[in-house]
Amino acid sequence: MPTDASAIDLVLRADPALIAIVKLSLFVSLSAVFMAALVGIPLGALIALTRFPGRDAAIVILNALMGLPPVVVGLVVYLLLSRAGPLGSFGILFTPAAMIVAQAILVTPIIAALARQTIEDLWSEYRDELAALNVGPLRRVLTLIRDARFSLVTALLAGFGRAAAEVGAVIIVGGNIDGFTRTMTTAIALETSKGDLPLAIGLGMVLIALVVVVNALAWAVRRAGERYAG
Amino acid sequence: MRAFQTDLPIVLDDVSILMRDVAILDSVTLTLGAGAPTILIGPNGSGKTTLLRVAMGLLGPSKGWVTWGGRDESAPLRRAIVFQRPAMLRRSAIGNILYALAAAGVPRAARKARADELLQLVGLRDLAGRAARRMSGGEQQRLALARALAKDPEILFLDEPAASLDPAATKALEDIIRDVAARGIKVVMSTHDLGEARRLGGEIVLMHRGRVIEIAGARAFFDNPCTEAARRFVAGELLV
Ligand SMILES: Nc1ncnc2c1ncn2[C@@H]1O[C@H](COP(=O)(O)OP(=O)(O)OP(=O)(O)O)[C@@H](O)[C@H]1O
Ligand SMILES: [Mg+2]
Repeated sequence: MPTDASAIDLVLRADPALIAIVKLSLFVSLSAVFMAALVGIPLGALIALTRFPGRDAAIVILNALMGLPPVVVGLVVYLLLSRAGPLGSFGILFTPAAMIVAQAILVTPIIAALARQTIEDLWSEYRDELAALNVGPLRRVLTLIRDARFSLVTALLAGFGRAAAEVGAVIIVGGNIDGFTRTMTTAIALETSKGDLPLAIGLGMVLIALVVVVNALAWAVRRAGERYAG
Repeated sequence: MRAFQTDLPIVLDDVSILMRDVAILDSVTLTLGAGAPTILIGPNGSGKTTLLRVAMGLLGPSKGWVTWGGRDESAPLRRAIVFQRPAMLRRSAIGNILYALAAAGVPRAARKARADELLQLVGLRDLAGRAARRMSGGEQQRLALARALAKDPEILFLDEPAASLDPAATKALEDIIRDVAARGIKVVMSTHDLGEARRLGGEIVLMHRGRVIEIAGARAFFDNPCTEAARRFVAGELLV
């Protein structure tokens, strides 16, 4: 089939248009995960280590938000950033910045919920020991994050996998502008509907390879964690 | 630096711990003073672990008072505990000890040498680099002892420290306890091994159903128990 051959060709030749799209996708999703981690890990730690009224409800909601539909996130961010919206003055709608914001919102609950679970489990194990060693609150949090680092990296990778594979949010707030806000997933959606299958298939292959690599990394991190931390 | 304040004596005054209205400690009055080790004995579930946690300051009483050297609040700066099931930090054996040294405020430069010393003391020098959670039960218990000694405690609580130790390690542990006690550290320890209690004990505290039912010097306790319950416990009969 000629389309398949040309798809592989595009990948192997490192077609510049394809490379640009892959680069933008990685940039957007990695930035989103970075921002989500800055919020999600402290948030998860906070919920794990404190007791407050409505905590159970907060945990249920946070867990539920892991399944946020990307299109809904896209829609909300679109409304916020649109010219008439409350954050319209930033003028970042249809830019990579808007895509990063949308994906960060999508991924933050995933990282926060997984971090909460991980840190809480470790805390129940460490609690007495750290109290006996007279470890103060700040050092306690840092210890838990450090000793849970392998599981936390797995949470980041889960977030990255979700961000890289979603199409609904980035297509709404990015607008799929050629050479500017076109990511792997939005390009696949567009090229398929236009009938340009080689590029769509080529990007699909890269995307799947990426997902496999991310999962391999997650597995390697897990293994390393077991080896170093027991 | 703050002037050194002693945590001794630890006084429990009519202390009760209620869990869902069940008293797991029931009006316990006990003074832990400087001197020879105090040994807690008693059947499973009699409240030994609970008493140690209260005296350590990890568990507040539902009723009654606890004071450390006359103060009713005191961070465990110079009290250390080896739990019945010690939790290992996800680090190497030596990493666990270095962590405790750091938490105790030992200057960074002095930590490594001190950690080596402590590992040597509990016979784990060869396993310094092993992941602590991968170590055997007995090795973990010995590591927990070394970790507890890291803060150079004034009082050392040990909750069945010999429970998973082989005979040689048990002997070594008893030597460490004697040595630590000879250096003036107050040891408060629970055990099910009456021979061990007799060998180490200055004072024996027999517990049953959350109550202290007899306190006596070790020799008097074993040779000439005051209460019927103590006599039967020493004879290996079931307390009901
Ligand atoms: N958090 C808790 N909630 C409810 N019950 C508890 C709790 N902690 C301890 N208990 C109960 O209190 C009693 C005393 O427990 P403790 O652990 O002090 O006994 P112990 O003398 O150390 O026993 P063992 O020899 O088996 O270690 C037990 O019946 C136990 O089930
Ligand atoms: Mg116990």
